[in-house]
Amino acid sequence: MTKIFALAALIAVVLTGTSPEVRAQASAPAAQPVAGANSFNRLFRPPPRGNLPPAEDGIHDPSSPGTRELQAPLEAFGPLQKSGTGNRVDWAASLQTGKIAPRWDIAKPDAKPEALDLNIVREVKGSTPDVVFSHARHGQILDCANCHPTIFEAKKGANPMSMASLALGQSCGVCHGRVAFPNAECRACHSKPKAGAGPAAAAKTGAGK
Amino acid sequence: MSMWKNGGIGSWVALAAFAATLALGAGGAGEARAEFGDIVMNQYSDAAGIRPVVFPHWFHRVRFSCKACHSDLGIKFKAGGNDITMVKIMDGLYCGACHNGKMAWTVENCDLCHTGKQGTPTQAHENTIQRLPGSAGTGAGKR
Repeated sequence: MTKIFALAALIAVVLTGTSPEVRAQASAPAAQPVAGANSFNRLFRPPPRGNLPPAEDGIHDPSSPGTRELQAPLEAFGPLQKSGTGNRVDWAASLQTGKIAPRWDIAKPDAKPEALDLNIVREVKGSTPDVVFSHARHGQILDCANCHPTIFEAKKGANPMSMASLALGQSCGVCHGRVAFPNAECRACHSKPKAGAGPAAAAKTGAGK
Repeated sequence: MSMWKNGGIGSWVALAAFAATLALGAGGAGEARAEFGDIVMNQYSDAAGIRPVVFPHWFHRVRFSCKACHSDLGIKFKAGGNDITMVKIMDGLYCGACHNGKMAWTVENCDLCHTGKQGTPTQAHENTIQRLPGSAGTGAGKR
């Protein structure tokens, strides 16, 4: 009797061991049409190619004699820190590490910025991490008057905004999403996790002003 | 025509050239994929019969802080929000503050700035609105 059971178990092991491979081989040709049906770009990811040379980017006229004279982006971006969005360059990191040294003042080549070292924490709704705005970072490339008082009143709570208004080009959206890193880089701004993320914390912080 | 009559290598070369043209057209001309932040300026260019200007933000950003142009030169943060004309540039305003032959090339080099395809609307290229699914590419998100 025991021999028969052992034989049955052996057969079972052999069967279960080999059957998945057999099944995979059988289903491999059938997988092709499914992949085709699922080829829709449901995440709306941008096409992989970026940083095209001017003559190929669709905006410059390739028949213009000047187009071929212009620098290709990748020629300049080589040594800079990379990023996944925008120009695919991390401009802030490139500035911090001295890969770029943009001139601060048109008339005075040696002038240096005097940035205010003040972080503004902007409490937002729900469990989304709060926004930390660094005056020090922005002040390296911008003058106070670039933002104050036209875009932002220099007073805490005086500047209501939403991600929708940003997308339409207001507040931070004047630059972010147009030339500074795009709004899709949520964590670049929403960088301060809430202590007690949840409904209680949201109720305490108010209406995400 | 003789190329077609002869057949042989000539017609194959012509066919290959035609196929290459088709492939290029499909890849390049359909959708504009210029740099994020490139500004197309076409307030006057089309009407004047010259190519619109493509301002490469990335190129200038390597060399200058935002403040240098947007504060020292008073250029507003808005594509189409600055009434820039060649006369003003020649008088040293806007682009003319640097494009004066001392810091950068002079206005005689029309083709170096006026490099855009005619009919391209004024825009901040690749901006958030343009990137939303369903927006009409370069024409949408004009601001």
